Amino acid sequence: MFLVPDPVVRFFHRMASPPHFYALTERLMPWLVVIFLLLAASGLYGGLYLAPPDYQQGDSYRIIYIHVPSAWMSLFIYVVMAIAGGIGLVWRIKLAEIVMISSASVGASFTFIALVTGSLWGKPMWGAWWVWDARLTSELILLFLYLGVIGLYGAMDDKRSASKAVAILALVGVVNIPIIHYSVEWWNTLHQGPTVTKMDKPSIHVTMLVPLLLMALAFKIYYLIALILRARIELLQRERNAQWVKTKAVEEGGL
Amino acid sequence: MKPARKQRLILIGLMVLGAGLATAFALKSFNDNLMYFFPPTDVVEGKAPKGTLFRLGGMVIKGSVERPDKGMMVRFKLTDFNKEVTVEYTGILPDLFREGQGIVAHGKLNPQGVFIAEEVLAKHDENYMPPEVKASLKKPEGTVSGQTQ
Repeated sequence: MFLVPDPVVRFFHRMASPPHFYALTERLMPWLVVIFLLLAASGLYGGLYLAPPDYQQGDSYRIIYIHVPSAWMSLFIYVVMAIAGGIGLVWRIKLAEIVMISSASVGASFTFIALVTGSLWGKPMWGAWWVWDARLTSELILLFLYLGVIGLYGAMDDKRSASKAVAILALVGVVNIPIIHYSVEWWNTLHQGPTVTKMDKPSIHVTMLVPLLLMALAFKIYYLIALILRARIELLQRERNAQWVKTKAVEEGGL
Repeated sequence: MKPARKQRLILIGLMVLGAGLATAFALKSFNDNLMYFFPPTDVVEGKAPKGTLFRLGGMVIKGSVERPDKGMMVRFKLTDFNKEVTVEYTGILPDLFREGQGIVAHGKLNPQGVFIAEEVLAKHDENYMPPEVKASLKKPEGTVSGQTQ
């Protein structure tokens, strides 16, 4: 290895070892669930109860506490998925492939939620359920990319070669991510411009911003929980003939 | 790094770069089609299509909204802070339609240069604040959409 200090390399080698990952995530899970519940409860209480109504939209704007974190997660998870796919391609790390494919369905769900909540808000506010502007169209393409990843992986029996094919699809699809983010700046769209993720200070009052950020954090933790649950199952399936899985099964009395 | 891994890393890098470049060129050539609406300046300068439907986006000028025959027909002026276009629309306006707000209208120009809209959509801006804060702002024009200047 070059440029990377030895302890870091050792950490990654240990993390990439399936039995170690399995044991670590088992201990981590209760903590993650508690943090998620605290964040989600405070975010929802702040967003739905404490935050004031908007000067123009009244209470309808509160859908941003679901819509915006979902849309952020749809982009974030895609990037994680593509990077994991790239690592799997280059270093042939089994766990990276598992992280990639376990992320896909979580990301697809968040994309779907973002599209549906946006549509529900669009009808009363814009006057249309759906318009083919650059932001909405590129987000819809993102959903199709996720579905393509899931479908391609399911269509191939050899999961190691399926992972390679899926990783290439995911990496090529990355070009869509900057398009989604900058679509509202590059082109005229009906969708409004960025509120929080822009260079100058956010155009949202702080009493509304704090619950939004809490919800965004809660969604991040939720992704981690869903990812770990899915990755553990995928790992057991792939490693079903490995000694550590057999030992584990005997220990827990499953066999 | 092992040579095989390095080679794979470079290959992947080139693949993503190539896909990015191809997409960039494609988007560049379809740039006009990706615009959801035309600003009033394009319409006044004759760049907008004539005789066919297109979308016109801009801010409703304060004090320009009128109902000439007290009916469903509403007439208002749209601006991009450069040129103005008069719009006529018959129908129900969305909740967010108000003076000083960005909107997108779908319709076509008549021979007099008036835009006859078949559909009006409100374009929400990216500002969120409580009503008290809005009331205390000195400049009420602070809600202008960033897209239509």
